[in-house]
Amino acid sequence: MTHPLANQDITQGTAQSGAPSASQASSSVSSQVSARLAARARWSVFEIVFWLVVIASIFLLPNRHLILAEIAILGLFALSLDLILGYAGIISLGQAAFFGVGAYAAGLLAKYEIVTEPVLALLLAGVLATAVGFVTSFLVLRGSDLTRLMVTLGVALVLREIANKFSDITGGADGLQGVTIKPVLGLFRFDLYGHTAYCYTLAVLFLLFLLARRIVNSPFGLSLLSIKGNPLRASAIGIAVNWRLVAIYTVSAGYAGIAGALLTQTTAFASLDVLSFDRSADVLLVLIIGGTGYLYGGLIGAVLFKFMQDWLANITPQYWQFWIGLLLVIIVLVGRDRLTGWTMPVRRMIEKRWSAATPKGS
Amino acid sequence: MPTVLETIDLDKHFGGIIAANKVSLRVEKGARHALIGPNGAGKTTVINLLTGVLRPTSGRILLDGQNITQLEPHQRVRLGIARTFQINQLFADLTPIETLGLAVSERLGSGSDWWRLVGTKSGVTDETVSLLERFGLADVMDERTAVLPYGKQRLLEIALAFACKPRVLLLDEPAAGVPEAERHEILATIEALPADVTVLLIEHDMDIVFTFADRISVLVNGELFVEGAPDDVARDPRVKAVYLGEALDG
Repeated sequence: MTHPLANQDITQGTAQSGAPSASQASSSVSSQVSARLAARARWSVFEIVFWLVVIASIFLLPNRHLILAEIAILGLFALSLDLILGYAGIISLGQAAFFGVGAYAAGLLAKYEIVTEPVLALLLAGVLATAVGFVTSFLVLRGSDLTRLMVTLGVALVLREIANKFSDITGGADGLQGVTIKPVLGLFRFDLYGHTAYCYTLAVLFLLFLLARRIVNSPFGLSLLSIKGNPLRASAIGIAVNWRLVAIYTVSAGYAGIAGALLTQTTAFASLDVLSFDRSADVLLVLIIGGTGYLYGGLIGAVLFKFMQDWLANITPQYWQFWIGLLLVIIVLVGRDRLTGWTMPVRRMIEKRWSAATPKGS
Repeated sequence: MPTVLETIDLDKHFGGIIAANKVSLRVEKGARHALIGPNGAGKTTVINLLTGVLRPTSGRILLDGQNITQLEPHQRVRLGIARTFQINQLFADLTPIETLGLAVSERLGSGSDWWRLVGTKSGVTDETVSLLERFGLADVMDERTAVLPYGKQRLLEIALAFACKPRVLLLDEPAAGVPEAERHEILATIEALPADVTVLLIEHDMDIVFTFADRISVLVNGELFVEGAPDDVARDPRVKAVYLGEALDG
């Protein structure tokens, strides 16, 4: 087929044609491009400082380990929500479903001495929550944010009622009594002051954070961002949108399940409260306070939320939720189109590496 | 010339509205084929049917003889049909580097890798660089797509489809909304597409159609009306009557 215009090739000198001057230029562009692609994954100073502060808290706040463990668990739970909300744009009001599955699984494994070693039990609880996440993930694939809110809410309500119904196993409204947790790895006994609980929780949180960081900075993670931004186009470049959403929803459920299992293991108790709507709503609130889509939002939000709860409850024991509610309204107003707008300064600090660590492309 | 893409009696009804009526279109390998027609003729519907965004009410779509009528959009992309959109469909928060790197890594089958960091596969990087240069995006490669000038976004739109290494590239009004001054860059880019990529172009601008196309199909009210070489189509009195009359003489 002759095509008069095919001759007017304006792309001579691209990397493919291999003209010497062009390929020199491209090799410098090439290194820039690969640096830019990798830039998201680079550790910033802020991140290193953040984790140093976390480690320091073990030594500097020995009397606060109980509440710190609680915060770390809440942070991990919020991180699980960030994986779907911040990276794939899936909004959920039922994240407690998986938290609860993990919490009861860990409790039952310990109570009936099926698996007594906590780390192994934690993994099993996570696997179970992951499985529940996989099965229910297909429900959130279709539809809008509103239908997703309703479906996730519904799943959590159903699970809560199942737990309530089977009270001979779960203890029903009285909670799961008589759980004793054996020492972690057979070495570290859980103590009254929460020292073991905090260190154990932090170790789990940090490892899962590293994994999450890896996932969101992988090609898979980038494809999630593209789906969040424009699912129509994502499928038009060959991305199997539904399977990616199933995958991240399943992973997120596993994270939530492990957070729930940690709560049971560190408190030696599980009750219907782990599956409650309040818990799903709180974790969404925590993530919104901290900001979505940069992984630290859940952790920072958990700290702020717990301290606010603590502080406000001291000042106005009965009305602290009034202030939380007011704060939420202000955050949304200040953030305008983006719920997380007010966290931008923090995020900029995290993203500082862009200009600091790599030479700016001309 | 062998046929690369073919539709057989393609129907699409939306309730009582017939958007495509027995459309039987054949696109030859390597062709520069334009699909034209007045507003509301069903051109974009045809594109949506070809790419799987819409399912036909009846009829079949063949790519190199393979029936792809029931395939999902992403599966069709992997078989070699890529498209651009009339209204930009880009990833506002990603940069051109990330956008194109994403498409390239999907095509090379590493798009679902979760254990590997982005930017660590040299094949992906090399191809991304070559795309950035071919489509004149190297100077803005690190900007968020949302803040790019419209003309650059339009180029990225085409580059993103091209990154899928299509056998058939469907361009839905590639120059739509681009100011006159920046038009030539889009046109030059389209004209410079490799000859072995078959192009099906939807366009309103008759100058573009007649400079670019070697084959033209005219769609009116969801039906294929006339098909032929540009000169024949331009001379066809029926075409003039329904469509070209106003565009050419006005």
